[in-house]
Parts: sequence; structure tokens; C-alpha cells
Amino acid sequence: MTAGGDTGRRDGAVPAIELRGISKAFGPVQANRDISIRVMPGTIHGIIGENGAGKSTLMSILYGFYRADKGEIFISGRKTDIPDSQAAIAAGIGMVFQHFKLVENFTVLENIVLGAEDGRLLKPSLAKARATLLDLAAEYGLNVDPDALIQDIGVGKQQRVEILKALYRQADILILDEPTGVLTPAEADQLFRILHRLREEGKTIILITHKLREIMDTTDTVSVMRRGEMTATVRTSETSPEQLAELMVGRKVLLRVEKAPAAPGKPVLEIENLRVIDEKGVERVKGIDLTVRAGEILGIAGVAGNGQSELLEVLGGMRAGTGTVRLNGAPLALSGAGSDGQARRARHIAHVPEDRQREGLIMEFHAWENVAFGYHRDPAYRRGLLMDNHALRRDTEAKIAKFDVRPADCWLSAKNFSGGNQQKIVVAREIERNPDLLLVGQPTRGVDIGAIEFIHKQIVALRDQGKAILLVSVELEEIFSLADRIAVMFDGHVMGERLPGETDETELGLLMAGVSGEAA
Amino acid sequence: MDVMPKWADVVLIPLISLILAAILSTLVIIGIGEDPVAAVRMMVSGALGSTYGWGYTLYYATNFMFTGLAVSVAFHARLFNIGGEGQAMLGGLGVALACLYIPWPHWTLALVFAALAAALFGAAWAAIPAWLQARRGSHIVITTIMFNFIAAAFLNYVLVNLMRPQGSMDPATARFPEAVHLPTLHELLAPFGIAFSKAAPANVSLLVAVAACVLVWLLIWRTRLGYEIRAYGHSETGALYAGISPVRITMIAMLISGGLAGCMAINNVMGEAERLVLNATEGAGFIGIAVALMGRSHPFGVFLAAILFGFLYQGGAELALWTTIPRELIVVIQALVILFTGALDNMVRMPLERLFLALGRNRRGTAPAAPLPARTHPPSVMPKDGREEP
Repeated sequence: MTAGGDTGRRDGAVPAIELRGISKAFGPVQANRDISIRVMPGTIHGIIGENGAGKSTLMSILYGFYRADKGEIFISGRKTDIPDSQAAIAAGIGMVFQHFKLVENFTVLENIVLGAEDGRLLKPSLAKARATLLDLAAEYGLNVDPDALIQDIGVGKQQRVEILKALYRQADILILDEPTGVLTPAEADQLFRILHRLREEGKTIILITHKLREIMDTTDTVSVMRRGEMTATVRTSETSPEQLAELMVGRKVLLRVEKAPAAPGKPVLEIENLRVIDEKGVERVKGIDLTVRAGEILGIAGVAGNGQSELLEVLGGMRAGTGTVRLNGAPLALSGAGSDGQARRARHIAHVPEDRQREGLIMEFHAWENVAFGYHRDPAYRRGLLMDNHALRRDTEAKIAKFDVRPADCWLSAKNFSGGNQQKIVVAREIERNPDLLLVGQPTRGVDIGAIEFIHKQIVALRDQGKAILLVSVELEEIFSLADRIAVMFDGHVMGERLPGETDETELGLLMAGVSGEAA
Repeated sequence: MDVMPKWADVVLIPLISLILAAILSTLVIIGIGEDPVAAVRMMVSGALGSTYGWGYTLYYATNFMFTGLAVSVAFHARLFNIGGEGQAMLGGLGVALACLYIPWPHWTLALVFAALAAALFGAAWAAIPAWLQARRGSHIVITTIMFNFIAAAFLNYVLVNLMRPQGSMDPATARFPEAVHLPTLHELLAPFGIAFSKAAPANVSLLVAVAACVLVWLLIWRTRLGYEIRAYGHSETGALYAGISPVRITMIAMLISGGLAGCMAINNVMGEAERLVLNATEGAGFIGIAVALMGRSHPFGVFLAAILFGFLYQGGAELALWTTIPRELIVVIQALVILFTGALDNMVRMPLERLFLALGRNRRGTAPAAPLPARTHPPSVMPKDGREEP
């Protein structure tokens, strides 16, 4: 609880950043309440908390996007006023956002110079920037081609460009907001190596995340936020994931869901030689065979973009494919009439899509409208020619209560729920249909720990009722926690199937990287 | 739990925008050396001061209700139907054919079938751009604009070469038979002892337009089809997930939209002119866009905005008649209204939201555990394929 009690590696030094008593309210919502924190120079400081705990607000205050209602900011011991991001940059603060702010059709170099050009002519400043950039890249091991276009380089490289942008502006303090959200495990490892290098060079790094493992692996000290308050600041070496989770949620949390061994029954979903060609003409799924039985969870592991999304979309009726797919022995149309989402639902296939904001929910719709989404043609929701909105709202209230959606307000628009509660609405809608087959994509992406636990339990409960579940997740932890059988996808192929008790992350990591099972 | 109560969004913001537009218009009137107070007085008395004025205001409002609803329905599917003008012209052709070539025993029967014919012709004219959008991805803004020109030229040809009575120099159809004459407000209100100007063109179509407002409200907010239209309008990927066919919704929304625009013809062609003349629509199709914008694509908002624009139209005509203020100024005022209600929406909205937040904070006192009322949009893709942000 004592925010002042922490020490970095350089005891007695002046903190690089000190916040004293920061408070900020948005209307009735107190986003930050009396927050004090000290970050020592040359350390990596983690800030962890559930979605909506106030992490991003705090960092936005530090970066000059918001002004605190109360409180003071000290940079290297000097009281500093940060009215806008220009002032933050001048104070040596650099920010790497979750969603990169890069111009896609500009080169790396142009992006780095953008907004920091000196002089009216571009050419001399570009030449100067190129030299500086190469120095920086060499110093910190941040290799990127200065002349590559942003749209041609991967997200991992794009993130490096963001870091270079901050360094180019002579940032001594780097704030990274959920930096691994878009990265593959390998890219994330590279990022952390870069962060360690930066720390060795004396930079101060603030890492905002909700992933406990990243905090444990990378940070020196960690602050936990809950409901706008700083609940604790501790040395990472003196804490455990369990303790942090408890501090975040305010109660004990099961990090791994408890489940009985699966009792697989007859095959529910049989996939033979399934192929998917996307709208650009690229083959994304290259002839896969899979079977999911009743009462089991088949987990599909793999780095994002290896055909798992397309697999789910074909089965969910969102895109066309070729091959043979049978549900309970009867074939499923893969293109043309009878292959859309409505037809899938009629066959008792429920689908928790990978992207709840763009697919699973209509963000502008009320909660009660979203509870019918996809099932809006159900006769239970119909009264004559019209929709039976009263029945819908009754149904929604029941689901909200059962799935503990907060706030329990069926008139709230989906966009005003937190990520975890949005996902609970989707999961409630799909699971409560009692489907024969449940397709689940990234069920806990951007979902806070308390809700993860809950959603995992619901999925396991459906399995225990003898239903078949196909789970796609890029989080290996989630796969290990839920799946009864694991299939790894790489480049549109299934690289192999494993049982969770008979494999480990290393072996799966090799399969995910395309190294075939026999060699591993 | 949205930031503002709904009435503020639907009524207060347009009202404030309107006041801002009025202030700017006042400055313009002063700028051309006229007296703004006198001008406003003349507009009000000309448009609302007599049953004659009201008759014209409501007549224009009827037109704008139909075209405003047309744009609104398409808006809900995030389709920007600029083609209301052309669809209304074709609706006029439908009405003319129904009225001239079928001997109707009574106006009620004629009205029903003329409205059907108008809707059918308007919908058919919207169907081509809709199909091009749904199947070929041709931008619907471009195609509907082009179809306005095609409709004008087509009607020109039809009126001059096919439907003009022999010996007539006027590019218009013959007068419709007496049996299809629609009762004006004068005739409708007389049995109730209410005196209404005999010369004003407002007629029974007004009631049809109001009924259309109610029906559109039911369609959009109470039916499964309306649910699908709105879902598709908010998120195309979401629609795909839910098994809502984009092609089907694009076609249906545009057919309804075109049908509503076409229905305008029962007012201007059947109710007022009682024959089909060149350029019978007089730009009402375009005013419908402003009406839909200002009415926030809500039928009740469209109803109010249509009456407002009816007032501007009629008041403007009076101004042009009795002062040196040119009729173009009315276009300026209309443009200002569109600018403030459509383009500069956030200018009014944001301070107002802050105000409501402050009010809410004082009223509630303690902070409930609610998430931030974020106004940030999800990382949406650029509007493409003619689907615009409503």
C-alpha cells in the first residue's frame, strides 16, 4: 500500500517520475483517485490492472492528453506541468500506443521525422534524421530498414518504429500501453529483449499490461490498480502471479480452471480436406482434417494468421470453403445457399467470434438488442409481424443475472460495457442456446482476469453437458487450461495433434513455428 | 447510461444548431442591407400567418416527409441515397399512368393504387443502383446521382414525345380526370366547420405522409427486418456473422427508400398539379437529405424537420415575392441549417455533452461503478462501397 516505499535498482536516487495524489474524474466516474507512484530511473515498472481500472487514464495524464483534477507530477525531481503531449515530449516522455500511430504509406524514416522536422525543407532534416536513426538503431539493437514502407513491415517492426520515434525525440522515459496485444510470442520476446537493452542504457520504462506473465518476466517493480486506485506497489521479485491477481481483482482468483477429465462421445464435427481461399485469392486453409467429439474441447493453437480465423469463419457461415464438413453425420453446406450464419444456427452451431466489437456485437445496440443478435428470427422473439421486445428484455435480464454482467442494465449500449462484460454478453447469448457445437475464437482477448475465470468455467460447463467445443486461441496458456486435445495450425495446415498432458509449451512452440512434429 | 438523454440528442441539438444557423442568416440579411426582423416577420406571417400560408407549408412538408423518410431508411443501412429526386420523378410517372389510363370510380381507390404505382416506379428506379452496389460494388452515391439525370432526361422524352396531348405545346400530360381529384385540406376540414384556404395545395396526402412516418418507425424499430437493416448499417462484419445477407439488406433498404421517394408523387403530381409536368419534384429529393440529416434519421425528427423546411420554403417564397431578398438566400439559409446540423454536429454536441456530464455529476453525487462513456469509435474501416456514416 505504501507507494513511497519502493526502491529501484539505484537506491537513494531521484525518481525519474513521481506522481503525487493524482485524481481524475469523468462525470460521475472517478477514473483515478489519489494516485501516488515513484518510478526510479533505469528500471522497468509495470502497471497492472483490469480493464477500466484507470491505467490508461493515468498514463494519458502523464502524456498530457488529460489534465488531472488534482495532484502533481515530478520529472527527475522537478515539478512539471504537462498540459499537452508537446510538453510531455519536452519533458522526455515517449509513449508507444496500443494502436500504432503511423502513416501507412510513408517510409520508416518519414514516420520518425514526422512532427519533429527541423527547418522548412524536408531533405536536410531527413538526411540528419537518417544518421541519428542509424545511431539509435545500433545503440539499442532496433534494426529496421529506414526506407521500408510501414505497410510492408510486420507489426513487430512497426512497434520498433514507434519506439524509435520516441527515442528520436530524446525520450528518457518510455511508456508502453499493452505492447504485446498484437505481437506473436516470438515478437513479444524480441520486444522484451529490446526493453532490457533500453533499461541497461539507463532509460526508464513503464509497461502497462493486464498479462501477469509479462509483468513477472520483465519488470523490476509493479504497481497494481483497481477501480481507479493504486492498491499496491511491490518489487516483482517479492511477489507472485497469484498475489498480483488477487490484488487486481480484490479476491482470490483461479488462474487455471478446474475440470474433470473429458469423456468424449460420438463425433459431432467431422472436417475432411477443408480448404479456404480468401477474397484476395490466397489459400488460407490448405486441406485440413479434424474431428471434434461430444463432450470434448478441441483447442486450435497457432500464431495469429495461420488459418485459424478462416477455419472458424467457414464453420460459422461467414465465408465459403470447399471440402467435406459433417455435423452429427449430416453434411454442412460450405458455400452458396444454406451456408450463412442463419443456416448454421438452425443446425445448432453457436459461435463466439474472435472480434466481439466488429462481429459478435453491434456496439451501438442496447444490451437487449444484442442478446437477440443472430437469433433475431427466433419465433420466441416474435409477436405477430413485430419483434417481441418485452420478451427480449426479459430474456436479457435473465442472462445478465446468470452471467453476472455489470452494470446489470439491459438498456446500456454494448459500447458502454467493459471488454469483459461485452464478452459475457456474447458468451451468454451463444451458450444459453444450448448448441450441439460451440465455436469459440479468442474468448478472453482483452478480457479482465475475473471475467476470464468466469468465461472459462462456462465453456467447461458446456463441455460437461456433452457438447462439442472448438476453441481457437493464440494464448497458449488458455489452450492448456481449457483444451482436452490440442491441434496446432501453421500456414493453413494442421501440424499435429497433442494431448495437453503429454506436451509442453516448447513442443507446441516448435509446431506453431512450422517445425514438424516428428522433428520436435 | 449514454451521456445525454435521448430528447437532448433528438431535439435539443438540432434546435441549437438551428439557432446558430438563424444567427448567421441574420448577419447575411443585414449584410445585403435588409432588415432581418422584418424579414423574419414576413416569413412567419407568410408561412404560418394564414391558412393559405399553412396550406403551402404543409404541402411542401408532405413532399419533404416522403423524401426525408426515403433518405432515412437508406441511412439506417448506411446507404447514402442521393437519388430521391429521380425516384420521385419516376414515382410521378407511375402516378400519371395510373391516373390517366385506369378509370377509377372513387379517389380513395385511385389514391391507394396510385401510391402503389408511385412506390413501384420509385423502387424500380432505386433498384438498379442498389443492385450495382450490392453485386458490383459501384458506389451508390455516384450511381444514384447519375440516375437523377437519367430520370430527368427520360421524363423529358416521355412527356414531350409520348404523353403530351396532341396539339399541346406544353411538355406535360393531360389533366387527370375529375374522379382522381384528391380532397384538399379545405375540403377535408369543411365538414368539421373549420375554414381552410381554398387555394392552398395541401391535401389528403399529408395524412398518408404522417402514416408513412409511423410505419417507418415501426419498420425500423419494431420489426426483424428493421433490426437487420440497423445491424447491417452499424457493422457489415457483424451482419455477416449473424447471417444477415448484405446483398439482401442493400436491395431491400433501397427498394423501400426508392418507394418512399416515389410516393411523394401522390402529393405533388396527383394532389397538386393533377397532371405530370416537367421538373415536378422541384428539388424536394435533395431537401429530403437535409431533412433526414436534421431529423437524425428518426421518423419523428423527419416529421418535424419536414415542417421546418416547409416553413423555410414557403416563407422564402413570400420573402422573394415582397422584398428584394432573393430566393437564393433561402437556399443559403437551408445550406446553413444543413451545415450546422450535419457537418458541424460535434460543435454543438460536445459542449452539450460536457454540460450534461456536469449536471449529472451534481445530481448523482457519488460515482457508480460504471465504465467511461467513451465516445471513441471502434477501429472502424473507412466507409467504402458507398456505405456512409449516417
